[in-house]
Amino acid sequence: MKPAAFDYLRPSSRREACELLHEAGDDARLIAGGQSLMAVLNMRLAQPRRLIDIAGIEDLHYIERRDDHLAVGAGVTQAELLEHPGLAEAVPLLAQAMPWIGHWQTRNRGTVCGSIAHADPSAELPLCLTTLGGEVVLENRRGKVRRVAARDFFQGVLTTDRHFDELITEVRFPLARPGAEYRFHEVAMRHGDFAIVALAAVVDSDRVTLGVGGVADRPVAREFVRHADPSEALNALAWSLGAEDDAHATAAYRRQLIRELGRELIAGGPSNEEIAHARQG
Amino acid sequence: MHARADQRIRVTLTLNGRERSGYAEPRTQLCDFLRHELGATGTHVGCEHGVCGACTVRIDGRASRSCLMLAVQAEGRRLDTVESLAGEEGLSDLQQAFRRHHALQCGFCTAGILMSCEEFLDRVADPSEAQVRDMLSGHLCRCTGYTGMVQAVLEVARTRREAAVPDSQLENNDV
Amino acid sequence: MNAFEPALREGQSGQIGRRQPRIEDDALLQGRGRYADDLAVAPGTLHAAVLRSPHAHARLVDLDASPALAMPGVHAVLTGEDVKRWARPFPVGVRQPMEHWCLAVDKVRYVGEPLAVVMAESRYLAEDALDAIRVDYQTLSVAVDTEAAIAADAPLLHEAVGSNVVSERHFRYGDPEQAFAEAEHRVALKVRVPRSSCTPMECYVVLAEYDPASASYDVLANFQGPYALHTVMARALNVPGNRFRLRTPPDSGGSFGIKQGVFPYVVMMGLAARKAGAPVKWVEDRLEHLQGASSATNRMTEIEAAVTRDGRVTALRWDQVDDCGAYLRAPEPATFYRMHGNLTGAYAIRHLVVRNRVALTNKTPTGLNRGFGGPQIYFALERLMQRIAVELDLDPLEVIRRNLVPSGSFPYRAAAGALLDSGDYPAAVEQGIHEGGLEELLAHRETARREGRLYGIGYTVAVEPSISNMGYITTAMTPEERRKAGPKNGAVSTATISVGPLGDVSAHVSSTPQGQGHRTVVAQVIAEVLGVPLESISVNVELDTGKDAWSIASGNYSSRFSGAVAGAVYQAAVKVRDRLAGIAAAQWQVEASRIRFAEGQVIVNDSELSMPFGRLAGATHWAPGTLPEGEPGGLRETAFWSPPQLEAPDDDDRINSSLCYGFIFDYCGVEVDRITGQVRLDRYVTLHDAGRLLNPDLVDGQVRGAFAQGLGAALMEEFTYGDDGSFQSGTFADYLVPTSVEVPEPLILHRETPSPFTPLGAKGVGEGNNMSTPVCIANAVADALGIADIELPLTPSKVRMLIGIEEPPRPQGVGEDQTAPAAGGGSRLTASDSVTLPGSPQAVFDTLLDPETLQAIIPGCHALELTGENAYRADVTVGVGMIRARFDARVALSDLAPPHGLRLSGAGTSAMGSAEGSAQIRLTEVEGGQTRLDYDYDAAVGGKVASVGGRMLQSASRMIIGQIFARLAQRMGGAAPRLSLWQRLKDLFAGRGGRS
Repeated sequence: MKPAAFDYLRPSSRREACELLHEAGDDARLIAGGQSLMAVLNMRLAQPRRLIDIAGIEDLHYIERRDDHLAVGAGVTQAELLEHPGLAEAVPLLAQAMPWIGHWQTRNRGTVCGSIAHADPSAELPLCLTTLGGEVVLENRRGKVRRVAARDFFQGVLTTDRHFDELITEVRFPLARPGAEYRFHEVAMRHGDFAIVALAAVVDSDRVTLGVGGVADRPVAREFVRHADPSEALNALAWSLGAEDDAHATAAYRRQLIRELGRELIAGGPSNEEIAHARQG
Repeated sequence: MHARADQRIRVTLTLNGRERSGYAEPRTQLCDFLRHELGATGTHVGCEHGVCGACTVRIDGRASRSCLMLAVQAEGRRLDTVESLAGEEGLSDLQQAFRRHHALQCGFCTAGILMSCEEFLDRVADPSEAQVRDMLSGHLCRCTGYTGMVQAVLEVARTRREAAVPDSQLENNDV
Repeated sequence: MNAFEPALREGQSGQIGRRQPRIEDDALLQGRGRYADDLAVAPGTLHAAVLRSPHAHARLVDLDASPALAMPGVHAVLTGEDVKRWARPFPVGVRQPMEHWCLAVDKVRYVGEPLAVVMAESRYLAEDALDAIRVDYQTLSVAVDTEAAIAADAPLLHEAVGSNVVSERHFRYGDPEQAFAEAEHRVALKVRVPRSSCTPMECYVVLAEYDPASASYDVLANFQGPYALHTVMARALNVPGNRFRLRTPPDSGGSFGIKQGVFPYVVMMGLAARKAGAPVKWVEDRLEHLQGASSATNRMTEIEAAVTRDGRVTALRWDQVDDCGAYLRAPEPATFYRMHGNLTGAYAIRHLVVRNRVALTNKTPTGLNRGFGGPQIYFALERLMQRIAVELDLDPLEVIRRNLVPSGSFPYRAAAGALLDSGDYPAAVEQGIHEGGLEELLAHRETARREGRLYGIGYTVAVEPSISNMGYITTAMTPEERRKAGPKNGAVSTATISVGPLGDVSAHVSSTPQGQGHRTVVAQVIAEVLGVPLESISVNVELDTGKDAWSIASGNYSSRFSGAVAGAVYQAAVKVRDRLAGIAAAQWQVEASRIRFAEGQVIVNDSELSMPFGRLAGATHWAPGTLPEGEPGGLRETAFWSPPQLEAPDDDDRINSSLCYGFIFDYCGVEVDRITGQVRLDRYVTLHDAGRLLNPDLVDGQVRGAFAQGLGAALMEEFTYGDDGSFQSGTFADYLVPTSVEVPEPLILHRETPSPFTPLGAKGVGEGNNMSTPVCIANAVADALGIADIELPLTPSKVRMLIGIEEPPRPQGVGEDQTAPAAGGGSRLTASDSVTLPGSPQAVFDTLLDPETLQAIIPGCHALELTGENAYRADVTVGVGMIRARFDARVALSDLAPPHGLRLSGAGTSAMGSAEGSAQIRLTEVEGGQTRLDYDYDAAVGGKVASVGGRMLQSASRMIIGQIFARLAQRMGGAAPRLSLWQRLKDLFAGRGGRS
């Protein structure tokens, strides 16, 4: 279980990285933390001819709070973001969701933007970005910057709107709105596993945005008016995602979790104790 | 840096406080480099896809999977492995606690677990059992059922806290 | 009588029974263990990689290794042809015309079956070359589900056998017919036990050399014995036993029985070394391990009890089918017979009728796995006891109590032949109830239920067999066959102790420990007998069949260490002690019985006489001339020990399958989350009577470890296969084992009733909770949910489905065109979709038949070459996101019905696995001169991608197939009406209305 051979390139600037991407065509892969890519390379499920390591690019390593969003550069690890002072206040959904990502040891190297780029349909960060209505910022070798809304960025299983010659330079998580509540819950087979169903909610006094991960081929967020009884909206959402049976869960189970956990999450969500309890299996 | 696929590159890093170097191809996994090029066989390889945690080492202090990293990515980094833990005076407090609490059987997963625990103890001085279990859940052990490890980490955290507190304060706390 | 009591009288140190920290730990904690992959290799050693089948069942048409041989660094490739020339098939435990070679020679019969071995200068290069070997398969229908495989019309794995049932035996003990005829109640249950594995963290490692001069093989492997499998390997290598030297490394990264499955690779790599003319090293990776190493045997059981109205079971009927996978690999069909003598568990049930059938299916061959045979037996038996309680409205604990083997009846001969050596089962149950706090747990259940929570309590009793009878496996044969083959019985264990010129004590045992701490216990026993400090004793557990004392029972299995091996160590130590006592007695002119060994001294009781142990022992080397007559000098003693109670099966098929039988009483409380279906283990109590405990810390460690594995088997672990035989649990993210968060601490209780049959009174204790815990948790969940039909593992999804989902209907217009995926999470991928295209149906039809179009619309098609009418060979890169592979594919258009429809099909293989599929296309004219193209596709993937990517395959296949038709639309109209399901949903929710 060893990777196939590839050239290894370590650019020192964003521009150089983009040049290399352009040069290599569709046959290069970017690596930052490598927590998704390396497993895929080891299994030879991907055999790129070139690997472009962007971990050494200094100016991708930032977390910046701006007017209406928190910008996270492509060099930032999940652990760094989770430890960022003020995260719980700036983007409370992330503070709740990120402990569910993999494990302590993978968050230490896995990057935030890497997870976005990988676009695993059950991953927590794409779900948060989609639910919050965040953006992905891409850049090419001509310095052309493209901002893509998360809802358009994720296009299917491991498939995004990134062009082969673009580098994701940062992702932007909208800051918490006053009065809104942010809630996250996930059911997985085991601690740190891929979500069977992950739910992220933004609850305002009059409307709700509910994001679902792990069910469709990408994270999906839907906004609806906050009714006393959200059953109908939840049922429509549950049926709309094309849930499927797999080795670990049935489609009916996934739909039911969306309906029942979705209702709980909107109504106030499981308490922190309950979440901790669920985390411990 | 541009390395061709078939090129053998000299990689230099600090392993357990000593500068070491060896050759690697771009695709050489860090765990293979450590074990077979640098001879640090204390770190084991259990799954090569980042789940089992056996190959965990500290990279610039952070516990990470050495199967999910290339040797060339470790250039210039500080790496610490299980071989760094015991000193001239013998086993470290954590190693002794593992022994006392029967926290290992076959020992294959132990090296990685110790490295995670060391980082955890550096960063969380007063952990709860739930936090310890959360940290350990990044490792698979098939022999022990984990109890001994949890007890060992909690015990070491306690003794290190006590050692860090001046005697007078400790007495006050005891009251 | 066991010798423990006298030993206690003599020993002063109290080493035996002490909570002694392990002598193994210092090295292991510092990373100084020496596991197989850590050992130095000979110069010029080549690294091996194994080519494996992506198909569950296929005929091997051709295998061309020449492209691999042409690659840099590749030295040789071993194939089935070489194997046929040099080796023989593995001997099999039943007489059937079927052959199992270490590499496939005619057919492949499971996904992951080895086909060839590449030897190259590095593992990286060897894996590169695997992808270059060309294999031509002719795929065959599969027999995957056990029940389907034994049906009359099932595809056959081994044609010459004429059936997939390769062994069927019927047994009858007592008078079951009468007992059932007279029964006041009959309670029946059908259960299935799934496949799982204790998955040691270290995978298989083999280092092999072949010496052409002596025509002998020298192999180091992290095998767990030599035991009887040394003979199996020697026969397969076609050499006498002394031309096959097997060695094991100093440390092992766990086994739990699973390392037994390395033996085919020992043969394979021996042959590979011969082929390469160089030493060969092979390190199995985790994907290979999960897919193709080994597995516990999955079983289907129908069990029925004849029961009196007060819950007394008078007879049992067992009808069992074991699914041993594609080959009956030694020691199978042992999963049945290891437990045969004690089929009645801890109960005094005198009448028994049994049918055992062994089925072969297109799955990985099975083998030893901790608890071997136990989980299968106890899941049926203890679920049945719970059902008896429910159906007769009795307390399940009361049903257990009424059926236990009574106090004071040991040794007790069970109906099928087990001689239950010692214990007091009713007293143990009462102890467990009181010390474990059952009353409190019952009260807790009351409270929880009053609050509307789903809370249940489960109970299990079990006997835990240890020290297998080498003759038990012959129970698979008829008495006539056994008479012909000659008797097999016993279980020889060995230990060697030597004392060096400086009085230093060394010991060697052939127990090939896998992490349990044998070295510590061996040192404890010797320290006890010889009175020397424990730290001064050196214990070597490496095995070398070329030099060491061993026999066919030597090795690490059937929990034989504490009863058998430690017993042999004790006997060897006593031999050394008695010789030294004789020398000392002669020197001091006293009775030998007055000599005592303690604190490093040899002492004469009631006198001032003493001398250091080392000085006395040293004399056997330095001054043999001073020794008494008959004392030969030198000091090395080997003890061989085999218990007489392990007799061959008798003519009525009664078999004492094990020497010792520990007793286990478990109970637990679980709470089930009504919404998520997650099972939370609230409290678990496990009581063990494993005879004398030699080191209670190590015993508790064994119990905890087995409990964690039992919990995994109960809640999450399963090797799953698709209907097409594709393997779906290829990573540790697919095959789930418990982490620290999922494993609570059980309450462990002990009682000690020494075994009268082992030298130290100890019994095995390493496997019990693998047997008892899965069914105990299952019984608790059954109690919580009030249902009978429980299948492991109890995953959240499965439990939630058991609770029942009253699903509100699908709203109008939402996701209605989704076809239901194949049942049971099979790997068939099916779906339907449609696109609207400009032009008439005839125009669309003609476009599809145009090769240029075909090349343009197949995503990632590099080249398309016409091979026949509407048939092509294509070079295609297929994938989603970063995951891609290059397929050598065949594409065909068939069922042509212009202009209404046709079928587009493709099949190919790549380094990532195989894929095949076809789409039925229907063309309908719609308004505006357009055509609606509807398609239903059915695809299947096999090999690596199916085993590691199951979670995403449905979506990925939909995306890839959708691309074909989107590209067609683009080509025909320039526009890209990508009217996927996804688009329509977006439209729907954006308020743009239903279908376009």
